[in-house]
Amino acid sequence: MNPILNVKDMSMVFGGLRAVDQVNIRIDKGEIVALIGPNGAGKTTFFNCITGVYQPTEGDVFIQAPEAAESTRINGMEPHVINEKGLARTFQNIRLFSNMTVLENIMIGRHQHLKTGVIGSMFKGKKVKEEEEKCIHDSYNILKKLNLEQFSNNLAKNLPYGAQRRLEIARAMATEPFLLLLDEPAAGMNPLETRELVKTINIIRDTENITILLIEHDMSLVMSVAERIYVVDYGKLIAEGSPLEIKKNPDVIKAYLGE
Amino acid sequence: MQKINWLEELKKSTLSALWFIFLTFPIMVMKVSTMGETPETFYRWGNLVYVGIGTFFLSFVWRYMHARKEFAAKKKSTEVGIIRSTLGKPKVKKPSLTALIVFLVAFPFIFSMYQTNIMISVLIYIILGLGLNIVIGYGGLLHLGYAAFYAVGAYTYALFFHFAQDWFYSLGLQTGLMFWIAIPAAVLLSLVFGALICLPVIRLRGDYLAIVTLAFGEITRMVLQNWGDVTQGPSGISQIPRPWFFGMRVDPIFASKYIYLIALAMVIISIILIKNLENSKIGRAWEAMREDEIACQSMGVSLARSKLYSFALGAMWAGFAGVLLAAKTTFINPASFTLWESVMILCIVVLGGMGSIPGVLVGASLMMLLPEYFRAFSEYRMLIFGLVLVLMMIFKPEGIVPRVRNKYTFEEEDL
Repeated sequence: MNPILNVKDMSMVFGGLRAVDQVNIRIDKGEIVALIGPNGAGKTTFFNCITGVYQPTEGDVFIQAPEAAESTRINGMEPHVINEKGLARTFQNIRLFSNMTVLENIMIGRHQHLKTGVIGSMFKGKKVKEEEEKCIHDSYNILKKLNLEQFSNNLAKNLPYGAQRRLEIARAMATEPFLLLLDEPAAGMNPLETRELVKTINIIRDTENITILLIEHDMSLVMSVAERIYVVDYGKLIAEGSPLEIKKNPDVIKAYLGE
Repeated sequence: MQKINWLEELKKSTLSALWFIFLTFPIMVMKVSTMGETPETFYRWGNLVYVGIGTFFLSFVWRYMHARKEFAAKKKSTEVGIIRSTLGKPKVKKPSLTALIVFLVAFPFIFSMYQTNIMISVLIYIILGLGLNIVIGYGGLLHLGYAAFYAVGAYTYALFFHFAQDWFYSLGLQTGLMFWIAIPAAVLLSLVFGALICLPVIRLRGDYLAIVTLAFGEITRMVLQNWGDVTQGPSGISQIPRPWFFGMRVDPIFASKYIYLIALAMVIISIILIKNLENSKIGRAWEAMREDEIACQSMGVSLARSKLYSFALGAMWAGFAGVLLAAKTTFINPASFTLWESVMILCIVVLGGMGSIPGVLVGASLMMLLPEYFRAFSEYRMLIFGLVLVLMMIFKPEGIVPRVRNKYTFEEEDL
């Protein structure tokens, strides 16, 4: 079976800086993979390249939906097109639509699953109303899955921090991806919230059949949730393997602790 | 409210009074007369007392307003909120809405033509405000050239009349019919213009967008002013026909009533359409775009398309308002579409409350009616206007009638 994400020799160059340097990554269906590395190693740039925020300077990115027969090259596509193809992401510094309600945030995630056009929205016929009702209903169910339903009418900015992080995941899930990219989902969380997050991530993988790639600094989270780990430093991939292997890898220890 | 420490407050006010006396001393008290042989300096000590007393009391008001703002942030219900929740009750909502509409429909038959004409301008500005609200309020795109689309609408009608009137006469048709042809034409044309201006600005945001749209507005005006062969230049186009009433030529008094009713109908239709847009896929995408462009793209919303819709639809309403203006005044020239006009419409949206339809209604009514009924203060109009804007931004930045978000209720059910 083909990998659902296949990154081949991808580089991203800003002027003289090679933020991502010849990285190769493969992710198979149903995995939980972590991407770790010291600060400034190029992890978020890697995410931005895959999701279309940046266009990679070199290399190829292929994705293949589980039900698709062939893989597609997605370099240089616009973010919303890549999202439509089944990749959804969260952000390191929370990027919610803060002045909209929690439910509306999810409804934005449902955007591309609604068929209504401009004229339809203006005149709001019966069909459009039904679709809208269904969208509200679907969004509410997504909130329920992540235990956010009690906040549905609150403004996103008024949510507690942990709930905002969860809302970002919920919003990404609303787009119905097959691969979910989480950028430091546990940043700023307390140990209790982190434990909750581990549970949530496992539930998403097991019940929703969504493959997960996450960037994280919290090693306890990475070690407990990830099945495979990639380590980058200075834009280069320096190690790959199971959590146990990574723990013992001398290159990784060097990168994190210095010589 | 917490207890007020009067001594402390008195001290603060006295200090600000003294400070203002010191600051304004050279201009308010000293006066140099150059009439005589040698310059003489007069001291108008009386002014000193006025400045002192004025500042003393105003500083009290100032601090009271500040305290009130903080207090309002803590408690849930404000005056506007109370009015809104009372009006929102279904028992009150229906009759009051019906009464309002009946009153508005009856308005031109009760009041004089002068009043009706003022109300037509109010309605035109409401349409403009609703249109710009799509771009600024929902889309968050600072658009300073909105008057250009207003001009496109007005000139569509005017030029159509100017060039097609002979042809119309030769066909034996009435010129009053032109109004009805001009409306769809103007709406379409401004839609196209809105889409065109969107192309270069699709990647811009914030200040850059503001500058480009500002330039676009001025360019449009300059073209209208200098392309004399077509647009008649600064002298404008006159004798634009008023709409006829079912094939009858109508006198100006009746025409103003007629235009008023057309404008009113259009306002009501616009409110319904924009309200629908607001609660749709398109409206939500606009607001998401305003909140965070990168996140919005990553959630599958096409930024380019969203911006295009917002500019084009916003422009559409301006086009319509332009036709109404041309029909109402029967004369237009480029001077009606200056930057000042764009700023006025912007102020309507900002003062009323960004993204809020009732806000636009209130904003347009205040901005149009107050200067009209306080003609006595017309010399100080700009001064008062500026002051109100500054105070507004300090004490109520969200506008007079801020946007209220939809609340949804769910019945628990087994999933």
